[in-house]
Amino acid sequence: MNSSSQTRKDFPILERNINNKPLVYLDNAASTQRPLSVINAVSNYEMNYHSNVHRGVHKLSELSTNAFESSRNKIKNYINAESEREIIFTRGATESINIVASSFGQSFKSGDEIMVSQMEHHSNIVPWQNICKKNNLKLIMIPISKDGEIILDEFAKLLNSNTKLVAITHVSNALGTINPIKKMIHQAHEKGAVVIIDGAQAMSHMKIDVTELDCDFYAMSGHKMFAPTGIGALYGKEKLLDGMPPYQFGGEMILSVNFKETIYNELPYKFEAGTPNISGVIGLGAAIDYLNNLNFDDIKKYELNLLNYLSEKLLQISGLKIIGKPKNRSGVISFMFDNIHAHDIGTIVDKEGVAIRTGHHCAQPIMDFYEVSATARASIAHYNTKNDIDVLIEALNKVKEIFS
Amino acid sequence: MTDLTDLYKQVILDHNKNPRNFGRMKKADKVIEGFNPLCGDKITLYVCLKKNTLSKISFIGTGCAISIASSSLMTEKVLGMKIDESILFFNKIHKMLTSNDPINDDLGKLNSLAGVREYPTRIKCASLAWHALNQTLTSKDKVISTE
Repeated sequence: MNSSSQTRKDFPILERNINNKPLVYLDNAASTQRPLSVINAVSNYEMNYHSNVHRGVHKLSELSTNAFESSRNKIKNYINAESEREIIFTRGATESINIVASSFGQSFKSGDEIMVSQMEHHSNIVPWQNICKKNNLKLIMIPISKDGEIILDEFAKLLNSNTKLVAITHVSNALGTINPIKKMIHQAHEKGAVVIIDGAQAMSHMKIDVTELDCDFYAMSGHKMFAPTGIGALYGKEKLLDGMPPYQFGGEMILSVNFKETIYNELPYKFEAGTPNISGVIGLGAAIDYLNNLNFDDIKKYELNLLNYLSEKLLQISGLKIIGKPKNRSGVISFMFDNIHAHDIGTIVDKEGVAIRTGHHCAQPIMDFYEVSATARASIAHYNTKNDIDVLIEALNKVKEIFS
Repeated sequence: MTDLTDLYKQVILDHNKNPRNFGRMKKADKVIEGFNPLCGDKITLYVCLKKNTLSKISFIGTGCAISIASSSLMTEKVLGMKIDESILFFNKIHKMLTSNDPINDDLGKLNSLAGVREYPTRIKCASLAWHALNQTLTSKDKVISTE
């Protein structure tokens, strides 16, 4: 597939220079760039029909409400949910997980168990840790292998009748591992546990079908799927969301209020207190349109090809180590030199116009597991090219030169 | 833009490769940890005080070249200094790292750290050890013992 030239034109930022060199953007796991269609959708809203959503009787409010709700419909269709009532707008995957932890988590009792994998981002560890402390629950860690894969036998052994919830990432932000979530969801359900999937890293690389996966909750981040920051969504099965108490309280989430009693609004509004991020939601809708026009069969092949090329080239650099070797990988490769700290790598390659991430990637338990303090991480999107990787490799050779 | 060699000067690369005063100290009067949660740089400083003077100093830790070299250069510089003097010196270094004022000649080898001015994201790497030391010397807490 000739992805590069036409695709790159959709993303205006890729035209710019950094430090007088063409930008090579390999920090997509931290945030993807926006296509022009998303930028235009947001700017059109800001310039032509900004107004508060819902309840307004004037024209502008009707326009913004329609655009707002049509984004919800787009997400529902895109991930194959059953109803718009199952799509809650949030600030991002972090807030999506927090809603489930603090609302659904209230039903857990002392002695209940929550299982979290060792490769989770902090956002899928800390909310669970907090609810476990509060309600005297047990937080159980699903271990990973040196290759960076969940040990499925261990997972099966750890599951038991006390397991109330399993929280796993679809794709690891530090290792790129694609977890076999469909199988894990099935196993967890057999024990009566509910499953939440952190989908932040998956959405830009593959098509998601929540009905086929049969997950109970799926957390999404807009800015990791070509939409703006500060917007995301939570998918939840209607019957679960229905039984959950609200997460925040205020306007929009109510049907009627008096000083004796308040009646909460129906789904999904019950979980959307306050004026929402309207421009973000409209941007997210435009990003879904963009995703709908992509052919993910081709993109998967193209990206896998790029990742293999990247890993091959990285391994040719003496002294460089790749962290993890999962069989199914998407988007991300973490690496390091024995004697050169990741931050020095980051600064030097930046001079060549290359943006990569360095540090613990908000996944300190993984860093502890591999006994490293920081890694460098290159993460790709479908708009990256072999040339991007060649520039990175050349820059990494400069790093070696400086520290030789 | 400045050249990378302004940041990674020979002095820095040398102190990163062979940090001075590197090692745990068994009987230190003060032990302080400096941690940069942003990048995971972590250093532990050991200080012995005699008559208001830093009579012994060492450090251990992991971090980027800038933070290790800065820690190493610091231990070299402040060893034997009076506490007051080293606090004044911290202020000079802090100013050098964060302001655009002309660089003072009396900083000697430490001038080599001035390159980070052009790299705002790296200033914390260079100042980590200094902040840790300054915090210990200016705090009124009881002496922390390793025993």
